[in-house]
Parts: sequence; C-alpha cells; structure tokens
Amino acid sequence: MTQLVIDRLSAAYGATPVLQDVDLTVERGEIVSVIGPSGSGKSTLLRVLVGLLLPVAGTVTVAGHKVDYRSRRDLRAVRDRIAIVFQQYNLFQNMTALRNVTIAPTVVKRRAPAEVTAEAETLLAKVGLADKTKSYPDQLSGGQQQRVAIARALALKPEVLLLDEVTSALDPELVGEVLDTIRLLAREGMTMLIVSHEMGFVREVADRVLFMADGRVVEVGRPKQIFDEPQAARTRDFVSRILRH
Amino acid sequence: MDRLLEEIPRFFNYYNMIFIGQAFFYTTAMSFIGCTVGFAAGFGLAVMRHERIFRSLVLRLLAITYTEIFRRIPFLVKLMVVFFAFQLSGLEVSMFTVAVTTVALSAAAFASENVRAGLESVHDNQWDAAEAMNMGGLTALRRVVLPQSWPVIIPPSMTYSVGLVKSTSIASQIGVLELTYAAKVMTNKGFSAFLCYGTILVLYFVLCFSLNRFAAWLETRLDPTRHRPA
Ligand SMILES: Nc1ncnc2c1ncn2[C@@H]1O[C@H](COP(=O)(O)OP(=O)(O)O)[C@@H](O)[C@H]1O
Ligand SMILES: [Mg+2]
Repeated sequence: MTQLVIDRLSAAYGATPVLQDVDLTVERGEIVSVIGPSGSGKSTLLRVLVGLLLPVAGTVTVAGHKVDYRSRRDLRAVRDRIAIVFQQYNLFQNMTALRNVTIAPTVVKRRAPAEVTAEAETLLAKVGLADKTKSYPDQLSGGQQQRVAIARALALKPEVLLLDEVTSALDPELVGEVLDTIRLLAREGMTMLIVSHEMGFVREVADRVLFMADGRVVEVGRPKQIFDEPQAARTRDFVSRILRH
Repeated sequence: MDRLLEEIPRFFNYYNMIFIGQAFFYTTAMSFIGCTVGFAAGFGLAVMRHERIFRSLVLRLLAITYTEIFRRIPFLVKLMVVFFAFQLSGLEVSMFTVAVTTVALSAAAFASENVRAGLESVHDNQWDAAEAMNMGGLTALRRVVLPQSWPVIIPPSMTYSVGLVKSTSIASQIGVLELTYAAKVMTNKGFSAFLCYGTILVLYFVLCFSLNRFAAWLETRLDPTRHRPA
C-alpha cells in the first residue's frame, strides 16, 4: 500500500525557491534515503511534510488522504501520522530525556501518564539510554540527544518517521549506536525518509535513494543504481565526492 | 542636632505614625496593584504579538502600537493623560485610582517588550518541535518556551519594578497621599526636612529591598535547572 505521495511539490523561503517540483512515492514499510549537497533542500522537504513550511505548489497525499496544509484539521492529522527527528534534535531544553518523550503523549494526546512513562522508559532503553532518563539535553552528547529525539518521535506512534542528518553530527563511534536503532525500526516495518550521507548505512538499510540538488530531484533509484551506476552527471559528481570523503 | 533630637518624640507620635503608615500603605498598594495588573496585561500583549502563538495581524499591530507608544512617555505625562482621560470620560475616580492606572499602563508597556525579548531568547527550534508534535501555541508557550524564558524576563522586570516604586512619588503631584506627599505635609507642619525625608527614605528602601529579595526568590523558584542534581 502507498503510504506517501509527493507530487510536484514546491516551497520557498520568502521569494527564494527552495523546493521545485519534487516527486516521490513511498510505499508502506519502505525506507527512502535522501542525499544531496548541503543547501539542496533536504531539510526543507521534511519541514514541508510536517507542515512547518507551507508549500507554494504541489500536493502531499498521506495514506490516501490529500493534505491541505492550511487546514488545522489536516495539519493535526498529518502530524499524527508523520513524526520528525530534526537535524539539530530540537529537544526541549527544560525537560529531562524522559519528559521529552512523555510530554506529547500526555499533554497532546491526553493518555494516562503511568502508561506513557512505562512506554517511554522502554523506548529509551531500546535506543540504549535506560540510564539517562533523568538527564537534561545539555548533559547529553550529540548522539545521545539524537537518540532521545528518536524515542520522542516514536512515542507518538507514527506511521512515517522522518530523520534529518542522522549521522553527520555524530562522532564515528556514536554513529553505530544511532544506526543500530534505525536498523531495528527498519526490521519492524516503519516507513522512513532518512537524510544521511553514511554510504555504507544507506546501502544497507535503504530500499531506494533520492538524490537532490538545488531543490530538485535529480535521480531516484535502488542504492546500487545510484551509487554504482549513477545516470546524471550531478549524481556521479556527488557520489564520487562522498566516496572519496 | 539638638533641635532634631527634640523633634523626634513629637514626630513619631501616634497620629503622625498613622499618617505615615497610611502613606506607606498607599505607595505599596499603588506599586503592587499597578505592577501586578500591568505585568499581567503586558504579558498578554507579548503573547498577542507573538507569531508562533497568534496569527492575527490586527492583534499584533495593536499590541506593538501600544507598547511602542507607552514605553516612550515619561511617567508624569502619562499620569496627566490618565487624569484628564478620566475627567473627560466623566467617571468619578479617586486620585489613587488615577495613579494605579498609570503605574499599570507603564508596567504593561514595559512588560510587553521585556516578555517579548524573553520569548525571543528561546530558539525557534523549540517551537518547531512543539508544533510538529501537535502542541498548540499556548501549550508550547507554557510547557516549553516560558520555562526557558524566565531567566531573561525576571531580572529586568524587577529592576523596572523598583524604578516604578520610585516613580510613584510623582503621584504626589496630583495629591495622592503616598510617601513623598506625606513628607511634604510633615515638613509643612514644621518638622525638619531631614527627619521627614529621612523617614520616607528608609520606608522606600524597605519596599525596594523586599522587592529585590522577592526577585531573588522568584529567580531560583523559576530556574529551569533547579531540579537538577548538583
Ligand atoms: N529559515 C530559512 N530561511 C531562509 N532560507 C532558508 C531557511 N532554511 C533554509 N534556507 C535555505 O534553503 C535552502 C535549503 O536549505 P535546507 O533545506 O536546509 O538544505 P539541506 O538540508 O539540504 O542542507 C538553502 O539554500 C538554505 O540557505
Ligand atoms: Mg539539512
């Protein structure tokens, strides 16, 4: 079943176009990796999907429902289905790791605190942070913060998980921990859109790779295709650059 | 000096004590009620003009206009404007009400600007995260942004409040029986200016000092890191 259809989506910051005619269809349980040079619009694409930036043209269809990002009802519905892990994690600085995870389920979804807390502890344990539940974001390393952010997103029980730059801000030894978490989710069948340049990881976990440049989709294909036999010149350039890196 | 010593028992007699006590009460009430109402209103203005909470341009313009105008008018001028505004409206109100209203209007304009600065000191990504999780603007404000803003909001607010306590002395100009007015009355009764103003100086100090203690308490109370283990 088709989970997400992005059709000729365009977005802009003020007068500067940032996304132009982006097309992508994602099946349920599929993992699509988004790659592209810095500034190519990867984060913006994710922001548009969760309604933090209004598209100027095009449509997004989530689980068969076309989203009107101007409608409060649609916004609520789409944010119930799609959760995001931001590039900068965006953890609430005034809350412990545990509270970061429980706040939305208790305050927004009004679920029972005891039940939510138990779930949150399980999630934090799952991402390897059982002993950090009482720590504040500024007492955690980048990798730990990112995993709290993943647990926070998962606590919302989303159908689709958007992960922005899950590996670039981390020390090499931490990359492993975060990637383990994502592999686990992949096995559980979560639909994911992952911005990552960790080639080995992308090859292993992604079903397809989308290469973006200057706000446009340049090429979409199986990881093998994109990395080993890129069609477009821009893709070839980019791939050879990150390979050398 | 001898004259001063001789004056003291007469100065601190029962009736004068009641009189000065009353004046102290009025200064305190004027400051307290004015600041409380004013800060609450100013807080409302700051929230009204915040684009992550309300999206109404009209509300925002109203809030900004009020803030920018009232922040820039001297206290005495505001006092006169309020005085004549009440007269024009035909409402019969006491001079005390005129003064309290002026204090509140001043505090509101200041608090509006100060709270705005406090809210803006919190990174936008906190709003993004809250919004992406379907948290409403006011919930995000209360649970996420405000707790992080207090350290920026409180210190200048308290400095300002102390300034306002001092400004209330200007209300003596329209005949409100507050501390400065009481000192004037007492000097007119023939007591030495040193004694009269010395007494109210101590009382102003007591008031402002308590306010500073309160500020310090509030700062620890609202410190977002207070629950942390050392
Ligand atoms: N808040 C913003 N305001 C204005 N321009 C922005 C903003 N965020 C990003 N941009 C611009 O949009 C383009 C795409 O940015 P982004 O989506 O963050 O790229 P990526 O995530 O691929 O590095 C860049 O040119 C960037 O400068
Ligand atoms: Mg980015």
